[in-house]
Amino acid sequence: MLSDVALYGALETGLIYGLVAFGIYISFRVLNFPDLTVDGSFPLGAAVAGVLIIHGWNPWLATAAAILAGMAAGAVTALLNVKLKILNLLASILTMIALYSVNLRVMGRPNIALLSEDTVLTPWYDLGLSYQQVPVVLFSLICLVALVLLWRFMKSETGLAMRATGANPGMARAQGIATGGMIVLGVAVSNGLVGLAGALFAQSQGAADVTMGVGVIVIGLASLIGGEAVLSPTTVLRALIACVIGAILYRLAIAFALNADYIGLQAQDLNLVTAVLVTLAIVLPGARNSLRARLARKRMQGGQP
Amino acid sequence: MPKLILRALAATLLLSCLGSAHADNDKVVAITQIVEHPALDAVHEGIKDELTERGYVEGDNLKLMFESAQGNVGIAAQIARKFVGAGPDVIVAIATPSAQTVAAAAHDIPVVFSAVTDPVAARLVKSLDTPDANITGVTDMLPLDKHMDMVLKVVPDAKTIGTVYNPGEANAVALVDQLDKLLAKRGIKLVKAAATKTSEVLGAARSLVGKVDAIYLTTDNTVISAAEAVMSVGERAKIPVFAADTATVKRGAVAALGFDYYDVGRQTGGMVADILDGKPVKGMPVQGVDTLQLFVNPGAAKRMGITLSDDFVSSASEVVDSE
Repeated sequence: MLSDVALYGALETGLIYGLVAFGIYISFRVLNFPDLTVDGSFPLGAAVAGVLIIHGWNPWLATAAAILAGMAAGAVTALLNVKLKILNLLASILTMIALYSVNLRVMGRPNIALLSEDTVLTPWYDLGLSYQQVPVVLFSLICLVALVLLWRFMKSETGLAMRATGANPGMARAQGIATGGMIVLGVAVSNGLVGLAGALFAQSQGAADVTMGVGVIVIGLASLIGGEAVLSPTTVLRALIACVIGAILYRLAIAFALNADYIGLQAQDLNLVTAVLVTLAIVLPGARNSLRARLARKRMQGGQP
Repeated sequence: MPKLILRALAATLLLSCLGSAHADNDKVVAITQIVEHPALDAVHEGIKDELTERGYVEGDNLKLMFESAQGNVGIAAQIARKFVGAGPDVIVAIATPSAQTVAAAAHDIPVVFSAVTDPVAARLVKSLDTPDANITGVTDMLPLDKHMDMVLKVVPDAKTIGTVYNPGEANAVALVDQLDKLLAKRGIKLVKAAATKTSEVLGAARSLVGKVDAIYLTTDNTVISAAEAVMSVGERAKIPVFAADTATVKRGAVAALGFDYYDVGRQTGGMVADILDGKPVKGMPVQGVDTLQLFVNPGAAKRMGITLSDDFVSSASEVVDSE
């Protein structure tokens, strides 16, 4: 059975990846811009926050710097696309691989340990919560703040212009929206959120590591799609809530997969189990709807002579 | 959909209750490694074999849990939480990223790390000799001290030792700095020659001619890729070249003291068994690799103008010949 520690661990990691899912929601869903920069901006956020913290910066300032670094990375991707007309997917891949070198330069070595450093979590340990609850509480608050800010932003004039840019760029341009600027802003905000997630992850896990970006995009997308499958969101607010719920469900699924040795599953099956769970999350609602439709049709046929 | 999820969760919960039953007096050891990789897998094997030898047999009086993070730090974090939640007697973490995630999560559970090159820089322990928390382990740092003993056994009157290194490789720089300090203590001078790419290795090695009594190469990737260049200089100028890894002996170095990751695992398993026996973790010093294998190449020694003593050659675990 899932222990408390494993459950809190899943919630904590899920909340951090909820921020990643917000970022991916903006790029993939709002802007319709398939952005793979996140595999590089996640460790970039971790690297920037890590380096600044070991140089004695206030952890909150270091985290803010990580957000700015992530935004800069996103802006580079968007500018490659908007100004140099490089295909969006390719532009993001270019930035992503460049960031690997940048991250090594920023850190000066492949791994920066933050164990025993003061982090954003440190002051919260004195509040009487258990060691495992502290990150869950703090990251819930951060997620909530990010959610409210994003929701308000999406309803603002700029936010509406951004959504129009993604939905129908031709129409948006005809309305006088500077679509290029909207893409730069949106992808920057998206990667800023991912940089924030990387910074928080490094602080809760005790280290920034150059390899920690591996698969962030896949996990973020799975969280986004999983959340959408559960909530079928129709509004921006529901879509944002779905991001967090999807990310937490994904982490719970992994926690269960890790605890499923007794049904013959082993560590190396984890990726497969994850893929199956995500596929089920995507497919099941549709299957149920079509089943209901078929039953309804049968009932109608039965009812009519 | 929510109903389906609930049902799936309920089923998993039920199954997990059935599965968690095990005899109470069994010892539980949880092992995690960041990724499946031949060297790390060898560590894992070594740990299991040593535990068996020390009387902790899996399925008999020992329950082993094992998870690989498959290279993903996010999963490593969750594995760490899972292990801490399960409350084993000892958690073993193989390689730096896994060790850090476990150290961040484990508060009072003993942790033994393995194959971590610099546990102090990784903040796992404050000092190698007296770790102050519930964490200790085995480092795979090159045993430079023992390597120098070996060099001095072959060239007893060496006053200067040369090395070629890439100043852009963090590991190499750290090793050379450490070597410098260590040799200074013995009254020997280290002469450093820098090569930033493989094409510069030959020139750097030549710059050492006439200045050094022996050349020692660390595990610098740039230099080892072009090790033959150093060997050719050593043969022409009659300067013996020593290496830090055994593979380079086959490529023409006189000798090297290398180690096998399986033995690192055996050593780690020994520490785990000590803890299971009831030894306290606090204050257990971090161990360096102690099972070393000497590889010698008498042919190369001859070409570099020295003869190896019979004692030295017969103490080798492997005698190789290049070409």
